[in-house]
Amino acid sequence: MISAPVHLAGERLLLDPSGALFWPSRQILAVSDLHLEKGSHFARHGRFVPPYDTRETLSRLAPLMRRYTPGRIVFLGDSFHDAEGASRMQAADRAALMHLLGNRLVTWVLGNHDPVAPDGLPGEAVEEFREGPFVFRHIGMAGKEVGFEFSGHFHPKASLPTRCGPVTRPCFLADARRVMLPAFGAYTGGLEITAQPIAALFPRGGRAFLLGKDRLYSAAVGPMKHLAAVTGRPAESLQPT
Amino acid sequence: MEMLAAAEAGESALLIAPTGGGKTLAGFLPSLIQLHRDPRPGLHTLYVSPLKALAVDIARNLTIPAEEMGLDLRIETRTGDTPANRRARQRQDPPQILLTTPESLTLLLSLPDAGEIFGNLACVVIDEIHALAGTKRGDQLALCLSRLSTLAPGLRRVGLSATVAHPKALAAWCARDADPDKVRLVRAAGGAAPEIGTILPAGRLPWGGHMGLSTMPEVYERLREAGVSIVFTNTRAQSELCFQALWRLNEDNLPIALHHGSLTVEQRRKVEAAMAAGKLRAVVATASLDLGIDWGAVDQVIQVGAPKGVARLLQRVGRANHRMDEPSRAALVPANRFEVIECRAAIEAVAEGEVDGDPPRPGGLDVLAQHILAMACHAPFFPDDLYAEVKGAAAYATLSRRDFDDTLRFVEDGGYALSGYERFRRLFRDYEGRVHVRGPQVARQLRMNLGTIVETPLLKVRMRGGPILGEVEEWFVSTLEPGDNFIFAGQVLRYERLDPMAVIVSRGGEGEPRVPAYAGSKLPLSTSLALRVREILSNPRHWKALPEPVREWLAMQRKRSELPPLEGLLVEVFPRGNRWFLVAYCFEGRLAHQTLGMLVTRRMEHMGLGPLGFLGTDYVMAVWSAFEPTDVEHLFEEDLLGEELEEWIAESSMLRRTFRNIATIAGLLEKNHPGQEKSGRQMSMSADLIYDVLRKHEPDHILLRATRAEAAFGLTDVARIGSLLERARGRIRVRRLNRVSPLAVPALIEEGREWVSGSAEDALLAEAVALVEEATGGEDSFTGDLTDGTPEASAPKEHPPRQSRSMRLARRRPRR
Repeated sequence: MISAPVHLAGERLLLDPSGALFWPSRQILAVSDLHLEKGSHFARHGRFVPPYDTRETLSRLAPLMRRYTPGRIVFLGDSFHDAEGASRMQAADRAALMHLLGNRLVTWVLGNHDPVAPDGLPGEAVEEFREGPFVFRHIGMAGKEVGFEFSGHFHPKASLPTRCGPVTRPCFLADARRVMLPAFGAYTGGLEITAQPIAALFPRGGRAFLLGKDRLYSAAVGPMKHLAAVTGRPAESLQPT
Repeated sequence: MEMLAAAEAGESALLIAPTGGGKTLAGFLPSLIQLHRDPRPGLHTLYVSPLKALAVDIARNLTIPAEEMGLDLRIETRTGDTPANRRARQRQDPPQILLTTPESLTLLLSLPDAGEIFGNLACVVIDEIHALAGTKRGDQLALCLSRLSTLAPGLRRVGLSATVAHPKALAAWCARDADPDKVRLVRAAGGAAPEIGTILPAGRLPWGGHMGLSTMPEVYERLREAGVSIVFTNTRAQSELCFQALWRLNEDNLPIALHHGSLTVEQRRKVEAAMAAGKLRAVVATASLDLGIDWGAVDQVIQVGAPKGVARLLQRVGRANHRMDEPSRAALVPANRFEVIECRAAIEAVAEGEVDGDPPRPGGLDVLAQHILAMACHAPFFPDDLYAEVKGAAAYATLSRRDFDDTLRFVEDGGYALSGYERFRRLFRDYEGRVHVRGPQVARQLRMNLGTIVETPLLKVRMRGGPILGEVEEWFVSTLEPGDNFIFAGQVLRYERLDPMAVIVSRGGEGEPRVPAYAGSKLPLSTSLALRVREILSNPRHWKALPEPVREWLAMQRKRSELPPLEGLLVEVFPRGNRWFLVAYCFEGRLAHQTLGMLVTRRMEHMGLGPLGFLGTDYVMAVWSAFEPTDVEHLFEEDLLGEELEEWIAESSMLRRTFRNIATIAGLLEKNHPGQEKSGRQMSMSADLIYDVLRKHEPDHILLRATRAEAAFGLTDVARIGSLLERARGRIRVRRLNRVSPLAVPALIEEGREWVSGSAEDALLAEAVALVEEATGGEDSFTGDLTDGTPEASAPKEHPPRQSRSMRLARRRPRR
């Protein structure tokens, strides 16, 4: 696993190929859009999708704790697929999560799927979390006054042209003001970064980091505001570098 | 007459007859006679056909003889198009004869009053049974037939089929307990043998290509000379191109129409009606016209491109001239030299009365899951009874109790080893062990999702400010730029934009138009045709029937290299450009060759031969590499089909597609649900994620077992690779040449796409990223400083011109 170092607001950050962001100087690990208990949410509505999504997502989180030993973990919202998600957790999964959290500080940024604090889990639930120059929120905000921002919500993914056609992967998307995190959950799909809601937050383009098996693949993204807004189609160049 | 005798004796029957010949009427006649002798109210005879249009047409054609016999009968259809008020009336007061489709029948059987509707049913007629057996719609129908026999114990079944390779398997379909010996097998005397010729282009015979466009002038001449023709093609793309080519040649303004499965239903009905009314001289069509209404007046059938299978060719040829005493006239249009040989092989097979095709595969567990829920919606049941009933269906005769129980558990609460969904159960058991549905919303959900046809993600095509023309696959649209041209619905269209509902197009435009391709629309060469092709190739005595250029081509091959042997395997190795080519003449069909190509390149990788790419045609598999391939025998050893293959297949997009369909049919994923229509893309996404999670955490789950079982039958390519490797063992002929051989040319000019497996994606990404780094001397490489946009967009730094290496962000079919 090779993480990619990036610099934002003078701070050094590590982007992990699993989709997590680590801020070494403050020992903070951030992950977004886990959508835990999405499976049981579907089951409640008569769609018995495999109940292993929570287990799978947590098993992806565990090695990050070992690798970075964070002092604080920030969940960037939509940690559970719905407000009752936390209370539906299987006992074994709940125990696994408690074990992962351990003695760390835990911050649950609230999302649109989980607008309330998770039932019976440690940590504080907040609309926004501020630390140093950064603000952690679920949905990124447009405009200059928002400060340096980490957000999730949109499940960004990008396609890179290769010799055998384009390859699509979830990705980080970053510019000089913000980093948008990919969705971390096992049952989370993605939205193309050229889609209007994402492109609108990156009017001057930025850089995409596609998740790979054990590294990230970085590519420059040109400004996307013109065509994308009209047609929802790719607008400018995406250059691998 | 024999059909009448079977009816008198109360026996079920299977009538096998070539297309035409009044097969359908023969199926109905006993019922009409019975109703004449002994008129009674209530449903007497049920007719099931794979096509809605066929049901409607038969209803019309049946009314005439019924009236002539002076019968006071109600003959009605029930399909998805039947208005709600008529459907309600049909439930209260069923007609004596009802014509329907498998889907509508399943819906009827899931109703609580199904027992009253079907209790007195005397006869069920299953039309085009050969087209249903072995498909998921067929599985669904087989289960319904078994249920009908439970509701009406005296029920007689009558199957109607075209000529098939496995009549016994179809006879089993007509028996209550799947025992073919209890069914009277009636074979109609074959009509006059069809006259099948070939049409070659006046000019040069093409080396490659599959479209057959260079022969269109000759085809057009045939259309002019004949009254009414059907021009069959192998793919929708081919039908569009042929239609365009014919239209350009059409100086006489012949009325020629286009018919394929992606056009709107209205458009297709219009073409069919015009054909029936004798207003058309020709229709260019795909498999969309393989089945359907008898038009009687078709004078000739022209098949463009090699037919790929004998049964299919016969079906198509039979569409011409439905009179038994006159031969059907047909002509084949080979698109390239190999296809000339294949067409010759097909004509010989027809002349010898050979029919190919695989026996129907066992029924799918996904369809069973849907059926179990439908039966629970009808009435509570005991699992033992339902299991016995299901085993009575031919497609499920070999179903194990374990598979049945696991499927039932899946329907109840997902059936996962990790419990947790008990409180969300859809079914519950009472104290006696009967299984009930939990509530009316379960039945509602079932009825919304009933059916076994799962569409690939499609987008409607709409003329700007005009009508909808049809549908294309979403991924094709994502490769278009505004202003691009493509051919669709017989016209050249200009892509304008994508709105939320449809692809907006306008007429005309400049530049070379593209043609939408549709995934998996091409059939691979059948095993028996492949054998005949090898026979012709290996023995010059068979060449007499071949045209001069093909004979010369083969003679040249014999001189420069050698001919592919009947048994064994010819492998040629030669340098070309800066690469080494390896061409294996396997003749096992495109699917098999693509899989084989993947396996061989993987092995070459291990041997350090630096494989660069491969492609598979219907006839050969070709690999190119950086170094000269040595130890060719090792590349084709049978252990190729070991664990690596398993792993690769599990990763392949093919298996993921299979899983998506199974999960949808089994009710895991929405097909549609009140108030929230999912787009195909979203659905395909979550199916992939579910597949990955399930594979990791419960690899033996019933849905994965169902997926593997279906792949084992569907991917006959694996079985074919197995038989090839066995055939080749110890008999591999390696020819080292100093240049390309005549027989290898068609493969090398073939447009082919490498087949990338999931695990190769990371390597491709790394390569793409490294390539740009190399091209720019590392100048553009990422240093960790985040800026807005591309370097030029933000900082006026020194940079080489960008155009030369600009890459467009590509959006296409998502791979994961």
